[in-house]
Amino acid sequence: MPRTSAKTSAKTNDRQDPIQLLTPQGEAVSDARLPFDPADVDLPALYRDMVLTRRLDTEAIALQRQGELGLWPSLFGQEAAQIGAARALLPSDMVFPTYREHGVAWCRGLDPASLLGLFRGTTLGGWDPRDVNFNLYTLVIGAQTLHAVGYAMGIVRDPVGPAVSAASTAAASAVLATPATPAAPAAPAVLAFLGDGALSEGETNEAFIWATTQSLPVVFFCQNNQWAISAPYSVQSTVPVAQRAAGFGLPGIRVDGNDVLACLAATRRALHTARTGGGPTLIEAFTYRRNAHTTADDASRYRETAEEKEWAAKDPLARLHAHLVATGAADSAYSAYFAEIEAEAQTFAEGLRARCRALPEPDPSLPFEHTYAEMTPELSRQLAEHRAHLASLQEISGPSGERA
Amino acid sequence: MTTTTLAGAINDGLRHALTTDPAVLLLGEDIGRLGGVFRVTDGLCADFGTSRVVDTPLGEAGIVGTAVGLAMRGYRPVCEIQFDGFVYPAVNQIISQLAKYRHRSGGRIAMPVVIRIPYGGGIGSIEHHSESPEAYFAHTPGLKVVTCATPDDAFNMIGQAIASDDPVIFLEPKRRYWTKGEVSGAPALDLHRARTVRTGSDLTLVAYGPLVAPALETARIAGEEGHSVEVIDLRSLAPLDTDTVMASVLRTGRLVVTHEASRTHGIGAEIAARVQEEAFYALEAPVLRVTGYDTPYPPSRLEEDWLPGVDRMLAAVDRSLAH
Repeated sequence: MPRTSAKTSAKTNDRQDPIQLLTPQGEAVSDARLPFDPADVDLPALYRDMVLTRRLDTEAIALQRQGELGLWPSLFGQEAAQIGAARALLPSDMVFPTYREHGVAWCRGLDPASLLGLFRGTTLGGWDPRDVNFNLYTLVIGAQTLHAVGYAMGIVRDPVGPAVSAASTAAASAVLATPATPAAPAAPAVLAFLGDGALSEGETNEAFIWATTQSLPVVFFCQNNQWAISAPYSVQSTVPVAQRAAGFGLPGIRVDGNDVLACLAATRRALHTARTGGGPTLIEAFTYRRNAHTTADDASRYRETAEEKEWAAKDPLARLHAHLVATGAADSAYSAYFAEIEAEAQTFAEGLRARCRALPEPDPSLPFEHTYAEMTPELSRQLAEHRAHLASLQEISGPSGERA
Repeated sequence: MTTTTLAGAINDGLRHALTTDPAVLLLGEDIGRLGGVFRVTDGLCADFGTSRVVDTPLGEAGIVGTAVGLAMRGYRPVCEIQFDGFVYPAVNQIISQLAKYRHRSGGRIAMPVVIRIPYGGGIGSIEHHSESPEAYFAHTPGLKVVTCATPDDAFNMIGQAIASDDPVIFLEPKRRYWTKGEVSGAPALDLHRARTVRTGSDLTLVAYGPLVAPALETARIAGEEGHSVEVIDLRSLAPLDTDTVMASVLRTGRLVVTHEASRTHGIGAEIAARVQEEAFYALEAPVLRVTGYDTPYPPSRLEEDWLPGVDRMLAAVDRSLAH
């Protein structure tokens, strides 16, 4: 891909000013607070991730409208934050998502249909977190921040943790320079996602205390999309998210959450700090949830269309698209590339719809079998009772499925 | 066989687990250098280090929430909640996360976490230090809830709880911490079996944790009065060993259940319901409960009368036998 020429933007010294590496107009800029060379990333690949993730979101909303899903929490507008953060990860890193991290799931290689099962009601979490180092979605706000901290406590206690620290430091340095997987295994780090509302939960604050006092390899990535359902950020706090880190003793960094490069650069640096013993970081990706909280919610009841229009102009996909067009205008292959991605998205969407409808219905015994390691005698009795009840309904309804 | 206190037996059990399984670690407030406010973890930090006996920040949700993450990484955390009344800030992590992880993950992720809670009254303590929260946890699918009454059970049950691949709420009757007894090296019973601690033919008296001792005293006095009372120590509140209770009631025809926790919606209600469902025609009298009242735990100057004791148990035995 063509190298991009970076200009220095006219940033103020205001530490609340989010770091930006790609302007809404698609111009690459630099910021002394976060040194970064755009040549280190595969920009078209990031663009593809964002397009496919947005398509996943669009299709899931459509499926919900058709009655195929019970609910869907949209990520529309947060693609840059999620793709930027997720593409900074190594396969061995562990991710603790909220319930909106569809873009992160995509980057971890999780089958998107697995995500749909939770919202369709066929599973409570239809994947093995260990397969892709991407934990189950957590619906209770902030609870996962403590799980991430505990997992990081495990990493530093593992025989493999301290034992490979010297080699992993070198490997992690290599990761900073290139997104390719390094030959030597790096010490794993943990990336915990949270929203602005989660910062008001006591458990999140406990997580910060544990992580800082034990200098744990965990990065907290807060997508401040400014709305906790209908409550604006001003209900949660009077200071920016990143500033709140100081009181806990961890660095806070504020980036433009609609800028995939800033999100990627900040997360890379924080993960590097974490895996080389530098402790936790809180990243605030200042962004905007362009849809309602979920498909069950009506955003027009609590926010102004002017605000929505303002953020539409800062769209993360549009700005990377503009950048790619501007810097690759001389390259005729680009238009073909965009067309290829669009075609891929269309095929992906069709496949997703079909696989959603084909998700297997769970067996009635599923909850009984997985409540304890072994089914208790009481649960065995209750399962037998339940099965007998279901069988009696079959007898009543008969083979045609209609009640006699 | 060695003789020790119930607290010492738990300490021995924790030491044994730390020695034999490198995945075991302890988390709690003041459990390290201090050895815990009841000294149950005395000496363990000195012998196993601060990485395995972790003095945590003061946050109960953090203790349980990080244990969830540690379990995902392959560890077997043993959490200490300092007092029963301090467990409530951790209830979100216990009920919504710890208890449900196996289920949510379709059986893929185990949660081998033990939460030790000194519980119950009778030590003249101030408020929030004498509660009996067992029914909250026993009502939660995915959790196992057990309690010990003797040093032998304390030693063996803590080892069984740590070995369990399911989360276990391990209730330690704090007024029995200083009770002495012999400890055997091998458990006589599975973790979830009730024990008949005294046989009898006229009436079944079911107790657990701190009330096993007064139940035995009740049976002794009733015996002097010519009544043969069988005493069962439940040991496990979830799952419940209803088979042992049912077999006893089918023989005696009478049942009294006793616990310190308040009465309504308690463990006693569950046992009474089961027995009337399955042994209705064997019953000679209604199932009776001798429990704490449906009030907050009282100031300590009132607790001796408030708590179920031998007098109230004897009165219930008399009422049952009068039918």
